[in-house]
This record gives sequence, C-alpha cells and structure tokens, in this order.
Amino acid sequence: MKSLWLRNILHRPWWVLLVGILFIAGAGIGAKNLYFRGDYKVYFQPDNPQLLDFEKMQEEFSKNESATIIISPPQGSVFNPQTLRLIYELTDEAWQTPYSTRVDSLANFQHTWAEGDDLIVEDLILDPDNLDSDAIDKIEQVSLQEPNLVNKIIAPDGKASVINITVNMPEKDKTAAVKEVADWVRALSESYQQQYPGHQFYHTGIVYMNEAFAVEAQKDAETLVPLMLLAILAVLWFLLRSFTGTLATLLVIVTTIVATMGLTGWSGIFLSTATVNAPTLIMTLAVADCVHVISSMLFALRQGKNKAEALHYSMDINLMPIFITSATTAIGFLTMNFSNVPILADLGNVSALGVMLAFVFSVTLLPALLMVLPMRVTRQQEHKGRGIEVFGEWVIRHHRRLLPVTFVIAAIAVAASFHNRVNDVAVEYFDHSTAFRQSADFQEQHLSGMSTVDFALFTGEPSALNDPQVLQAVEDFSQWLREQPEVDHVNTIADTFKRLNKNMHGDDQQYYRLPDSQQLAAQYLLLYEMSLPYGLDLNNQVNLDKSATRIMATMENLGSKEFTAFEQRATQWMAERAPALTVTAASPALMFAHIGELNMDSMLKGTLLALVLISGLLVFALRSWRMGVISLIPNLLPAGIGFGIWGLLSGNINLGLSVVLSMALGIIVDDTVHFLSKYRLARGEGKTAEEGVRYAFASVGRALWVTTLVLVIGFSVLSLSSFALNADMGLLTGIIILMALAVDFLFLPAFLMVFDKQQSNEGVRE
Amino acid sequence: MMSKVSISHVAVLIITAVLLATPAQVQSSEQKGLEIAEERKARDRGWGDSQADASMILRTASGQQIERKMRMKSLEMQDDGDKGLTIFDQPADVKGTAFLNYSHAIEPDDQWMYLPALKRVKRISSRNKSGPFMGSEFAFEDLSSFEVAKYAYKYLRDEKINGMDAFVVEQTPAYEHSGYTKMVVWIDKEHYRAHKVEYYDRKGSLLKTLTMHDYQQYLDKYWRPMKLSMVNNQNGKSTDLITHELTFRTGLDEGDFNQAMLKRAR
Repeated sequence: MKSLWLRNILHRPWWVLLVGILFIAGAGIGAKNLYFRGDYKVYFQPDNPQLLDFEKMQEEFSKNESATIIISPPQGSVFNPQTLRLIYELTDEAWQTPYSTRVDSLANFQHTWAEGDDLIVEDLILDPDNLDSDAIDKIEQVSLQEPNLVNKIIAPDGKASVINITVNMPEKDKTAAVKEVADWVRALSESYQQQYPGHQFYHTGIVYMNEAFAVEAQKDAETLVPLMLLAILAVLWFLLRSFTGTLATLLVIVTTIVATMGLTGWSGIFLSTATVNAPTLIMTLAVADCVHVISSMLFALRQGKNKAEALHYSMDINLMPIFITSATTAIGFLTMNFSNVPILADLGNVSALGVMLAFVFSVTLLPALLMVLPMRVTRQQEHKGRGIEVFGEWVIRHHRRLLPVTFVIAAIAVAASFHNRVNDVAVEYFDHSTAFRQSADFQEQHLSGMSTVDFALFTGEPSALNDPQVLQAVEDFSQWLREQPEVDHVNTIADTFKRLNKNMHGDDQQYYRLPDSQQLAAQYLLLYEMSLPYGLDLNNQVNLDKSATRIMATMENLGSKEFTAFEQRATQWMAERAPALTVTAASPALMFAHIGELNMDSMLKGTLLALVLISGLLVFALRSWRMGVISLIPNLLPAGIGFGIWGLLSGNINLGLSVVLSMALGIIVDDTVHFLSKYRLARGEGKTAEEGVRYAFASVGRALWVTTLVLVIGFSVLSLSSFALNADMGLLTGIIILMALAVDFLFLPAFLMVFDKQQSNEGVRE
Repeated sequence: MMSKVSISHVAVLIITAVLLATPAQVQSSEQKGLEIAEERKARDRGWGDSQADASMILRTASGQQIERKMRMKSLEMQDDGDKGLTIFDQPADVKGTAFLNYSHAIEPDDQWMYLPALKRVKRISSRNKSGPFMGSEFAFEDLSSFEVAKYAYKYLRDEKINGMDAFVVEQTPAYEHSGYTKMVVWIDKEHYRAHKVEYYDRKGSLLKTLTMHDYQQYLDKYWRPMKLSMVNNQNGKSTDLITHELTFRTGLDEGDFNQAMLKRAR
C-alpha cells in the first residue's frame, strides 16, 4: 500500500499533480460561497439563553441598538452658540440615518414645564438662531439637572455631548447594514467637522462595536496573511537554502489554503473574526510538515543519493510522524466543537480540515513537485546538526542539576497560573490603536461606559405599571441602581412620572415625586405620550399594555465576572424588594459575560477529551503504555507554564484563550512524539537512557528546533492582530509552544535519565 | 381569438393614453392632485357633527393584543380644521379622561385635556402632532380631519384598488413639525374616498400603511370607514380603529367643544 503510493508519486508525478490540481480547483470553487458576518451575534448559538432574553426584551419594548456620536467642543463646555447649533443641526440630519427609528440629543430632549394650567412640551434647543446668553443659561441649567441627560447625553462638566441614533437593522445581512449605518454616520460627522472646525467627533455604540469586529477581521485578513507568507518565505529560505524547496512549500501552503477555504465555502461555514485567521494557523502548521519532508530529502541528497532515492528515504521516515502529528493537531482543533461560541467551533473545524489537507498535500503534491522541479544541492558535510548535539551533551552532563532547577521553575510557573481568571471585557477586545477603542475610552472618561444592562420589570397584568406600589418599586430599584459604583446612568420611567407630577402641579418642586394613584399615573402618561413628537415615544420604556417597564442602566466597561455578579446582585435585590415582579436582565454585555464562563466550562471538558484521545494516540504511536504515561509530562507541563506566564502578564482569560489549551495540546504533542519515539528506538536497541537521549537530540533535535521556530513565528504574527481575542490566542499559544520545546529539551531528558534507568521491558520484547 | 382580444385591448389602451395625455399637457400633476383633494373635501362638506363609539385594538409584532375604548365627538368647521372631543372609557385607569382638540392646518393644534384624577383641565402646548395616540400606531395627526390646506399635492398615477379605479396622490405635509415627509394616498374615482395611505418617515422610508375597510354611507352622502387598520412597516406593530356606532347631526354645537364642557363630558 505504502510502496504503491510512493511508486505512483515518484514515477508519475505529473499525474499526481494533475489529480491534485483538479481536486483543488473543484474545492476552490466553493470559495464563492464564503461570506463574512461581522456582527457580535456570531459569538452566540441561536438558543443561547442570554441572547433569547435579549431578543425577547427587544421585542417587548423596542430595539435599542444604537450608533452614538460624541461631540467634544474645541474648548470649554458645549454651552456656547456654535456647539449648540451644531448639535441642533446634526440631530436634525441624524434622522436621515439608514434604519434609524429614533434620535436622542440635547437638542430634541422633550423639555416639559408648567405655566399655570398649561403644560408646555418643547425641544430643549428650540430656536438655534436666537441663542442669547439667557437661552444658553437655561439650556445649561435644565440639562445639567435632568437625570435623563446627565452622564448619558451630556457630560456632568458639560465638556462633551452625545447624539444617540437608535437603529432597527434587518437581521438578514446585518453586516452590510452595520457598515451602511457606520459609514453614513461617520460621513455626517465629517461634514460637520468641516463646518465647525475644532470640534472632535467620536463614534461608539453597538453599531460601531459591530463595525469594529468586522473591520478588525478584515484588517487581520489583509495584513496578517501577507505578513505570514513573508515570514514563512524568510524562514524557509533561511532553513532550507533551496529555491525549489521554498517554492514547493509555498505552492503546497497556497493550495492547502485554497482547498480548505473552498471546502469551507462548500460546507456553508461563513467567515468571521475568528475563522478569518484560520489561513494563518493552517499556513503555520502546513509549513512544519513540508520542512520535515524537505529537510530529510536534502539530508539524503547531500549524502549522495539521487532525487528519487532521497524522496523515498524522506517519505519513508516522515510519513508516520507527520500523520500522527497532523492527527493529534486535528484532534486538538476538533475539540473546539465543545465551545459554546459557534465561530470558535468553526475555527476548530476549518483548521482541523486544513491540517489534514496539509498532511495529504505534503505527502502527495509536495514529493511530486519536488520530483518534477529542478533541484541542485552542493554536496557537503552536514555541519548544522553539531550545535544541537553540543547542546544535548550539555543537558546530559548537567541533568542532575537541571531536573530540580527546571522542576522548581515549572512549579512556580504552574502556581502562577492560578492568577488567571475568566474575564471578558468586550471593549478591551480592541486595542488602543483602534478608533473604536479610542472613542469608547473618551466616552468612559467624560460620560459613561458604553456597556448597558437592561432590566425589564414585568407585573403580569395590563396597566399594572401605573399602580403606585409598582411605581415605587421601580423608583426604589432605579435609586438602588444609581447607588451602585459600577453604574454610570439609569434611564427610568420613574423620573418621567416625577417630572410630570411636578409639571402638573405648576412646577412645584414639592411635587417632584411619584403620582399617588394609578389613575393619576395613567392619565399623566396618556397626556404625555400624545404631546411627544414622532420617534420620541415611550415604547422603549413601557410595553404595549403597560404591564412592564424597561430600566436601562449604562455601566462602566467591566469584565464578565463583574457583570454577572452585578446582574445577580440586582435581580436578588429586586426579588427581596418586590417579589411579585418578574425581573429579567439582558444586554450584549451580559451575553458576552455569560458566554465567557459557559464557554470556559465546556472547553475544559473538550480539553480533557483532547488529552485522553491524544494520549491514546501516543500510546498507539509509541507502542508503549509506559511512554504514553511519561508523555503526559511534556504534554501538560508547557500549558501549565504558559498559563503561568500569562497569569503574570495579564491574568485575564478571554473567549479566545479558552480554546488555546486544546489547540496547543494538539500542536505541542508533536515534539513529544518525535523526541520520545527516537528515544524509545534507541532504548529498544538496548541502549541506556543517556544514550537514548543523545540519539534523540542528534536525530530530531534540529527538526524540533526548526518547527518550533516556524510555529512560534506563525503565532507571533497572529499576536500582532489589534483584536485581542486573536492576538492573545496567538501570543499564549506561541508561549506554550516555546515552553514545550524547553520542556522537551531540558526537563524531559533529565527526567528520563533519572527515572527511566531500568531497562524497559517492553522495549526488550520488541 | 387570443390575438384579437389583445389587439383590441392594446387599441383601447392607446386611445385611453392619448386621451389622458392630452389634458396632462395643459394640467400639471400638482394641479390635478389639488383638484382631486378639493373634490374630496367638497364631497364631504356639510355633515355637521357626529358622535361615535370606537375601539382600538393594539397589537405587538408577535400578535399580543389589547383593547382600548373611547367615544369621539366631532364638529365640522367651515374655515378651519374640525373640532374634536375624545372621551376615554378603557383602560379603567384613564376612564373619564377627555381630550379636546381644535385642529389647524398649518399651525399647532389647540389641545386641552381633562384629567379626572387631578380634577383639572390642562392645556397642552406642544407643536407635536405625531406622538402615539393612546400608545397605538396612530398619531393624532393621522386621525384629525382632512383639510385641503394641510398638504401640497401631486397626482402620481391611476391604479385599481380593491377592484375600484383610483387616483394615487402624493401629499406633502405643509405643517413644519409633521412626523412625515410625505404620504401616498389611494382615492377611488367614484366617491373620492381614501382606501389606503402610506406614510413615509423623515428619511423617506415607508413607516406605516393605513387601510380603510367597510365603508358605510350616512345621510345618503357621507362615507365613513368602520375599520381603520394601521400597520407599522418598521417594527411590525399594528392598530385597528373600529367604529361600533356612528350617528350624524346629533345637535352638537360649539358650546359642546369648549374647556368648560371638558369636565362634564362623560
């Protein structure tokens, strides 16, 4: 079987290439089905309970996804004729935003006041042409005292003001809609920036967060993939010093990517912030396969073999290890299906497919290509192995000291890994270089965070919201929320009722309290609703039959732990204060907070399964239970040390990092397989542990060094992403892979020489 | 046979088109639109006053619904918008609340509301006519009387609606603070009754669609729809306004439409 396959490749390379090209072309056509989804909902399964809660709340009240413009005047506060006029005009034009349903700003805030028995309802900035200092003073006074506005629409010091555009975007093709809205609003701001020089405009809100997801993914695809190709070319040239080898590897990588992305398209998987990096991962892993094949071939060529013989030799010794390492890597990726985040599961599946395709291509297309391409090799002594052998001798000499030293370092590192905690801060997914992050930071500094938590209070009975007891509970809860340190702003219907009650009593401040009968409350609401303009109704706060209200809390940009803790605290407080009311909390921030923890739990299960499967595969590959058990140390320790280093560097485990463990496991196992299989080979021939270690260093030391270098470079490229989920994933995986090499080169040999002195019985039997 | 029919059909079409095109050259679509509006108003003149019992059925996008009940009194005015008095009966917590409105074409309406829980009449000073009426998909603007001066007109085309020949006319609100940029109205040619209205929001997107159902004739002249159905095309909510009983010339006069009467309107 194996020889038939090899003969075909070596004797009919053109035929192999033809079949390969046909397959790749057929697969590649599938790429036309690929489409990109950039909205944050790709992180959630359709039946995610927090997503369902959120959607239910959006349906009960109104959708409150928004694009937010923050205006910062050149100096001082916004209370000057020029800036107020700007806000007035921009508000008016903001209604033209595609999909917009509502615009809230200082200008169109519905200011109500009384003149005897007249209730006057007016835009706060009514007449921008007559803004004398009296009018401006009044606007300043009203807005800085209005709980609906302060911290939400106007900074407490007046130095920034917000125009909030609520949009109702179609769920279908949301990515395109997000881009349309984001571009439109940005263009609007730019035109006003020219008309009103000196003013700064910032854009935040869910629309811009969605856009940032899409933009970052696109940026990753545009910059990281070419950068990765360049890095690979450089590394290949440095390692192989062979034009043909480099070219052949490049061709295999490119065809692997084309075929993988094509098959991905056929399968109906879409591109997302996560899957857009699959090509980078696959490239990295495919290079390792090719390097093994080509460097063995070059080795044989230098020893004077002809091309067919050299390829035959290379295939012979590499087929099994490449298969095992590819399979373990694929298993690692496939266990990402345990993730509760659909796009991480997609990334796992696409990468697993890519890794297996890379294996197939590097044992078919690659040898066929090498066969037909011209190749010159200067016959020379192999010098390069020397360095690693010298290093191996050093390890052997000092193994008694190395074992405790490395053990202590490893123990400290593993201990540090307990510093880590699951924590997702959605805003911090974007690094400080991104426009979105700068805007969110500006907003947090001057007004509020951009995270919200919406609470819906259900009475279960039509009109019951107007009941004084219910209103009091709503008021108490709103006040409690305002007292919480993490809450920046609370939008509540209780404030509206208090204001109306005051207005209805001739603006007597004593009546700034809740109406004392259900009839009064209901009649206020009836009157008030009729006097509001189009779009500024109460549908976002009160549901159709007035049985429920939504309180919108604007929060600091917290981590997932704090969000879930806050949610629990709030619902518990309300359960004690008003047990008759049903309270639900929902928001995108809460969705991300929950998915982080949920995902970590399921990924730990996935990782455990990966460990069992991979260890099983190792037992099979090494044909030894004993070696299988020993292999656990170099397989697990690097992850422990890596997470320890992470604990010291950051300590925040986000969504992206939850999959690192199983992914890294599949990759680092390769080193162990190579090292232990060579060690076992020597031991099986009756050699001592020391000789076994020496042999392992001499035969695979350089290959391990080289593949680690390639992998670390690959993941370092990923860590350059300005999108933290991808960058952190790349960085930590890179660290773990580097640690794996250190463990295999320093700890494992010393461990074997100390604890594996007995002649292996299994080895003798063979 | 088939070809014969279609040939004669085409011939009719061509003749019609020529006949229609000839006056169109002398009459602009704006003029024609205005003429249709004037005829519509003229045919509805002289009804005097009316009283109606009505319900509103409010529905969410997912189909939940709730009913509101009210009585409406109207008084026709000759040189101004009509006067209206609405008394709310349901839900119970707004029972007895009465709303008095003097509508004006291009100026803010005069509005008063009597709040029984407060025992006071409040004048509402707001230029807004586009807020939701009782939380429904109707704005007050949609329910007030049709006045020629309220809009600029443009005749768009002829079209059949519900089997009737109809004019399709675009109306642009003259009122600066209207919630709409334009409306497209289908008016049947026989009786000049509106059968469908499309409302467009500030960004020019279709916001709501109103359809009129079950037209009844009163006093042998005046047509009133017994059901108005408003669907919000953007959020899927809808409201039906159903007239249960309607009587004309009930003897109401201006004295029944003043602030003093509000408190006693029950």
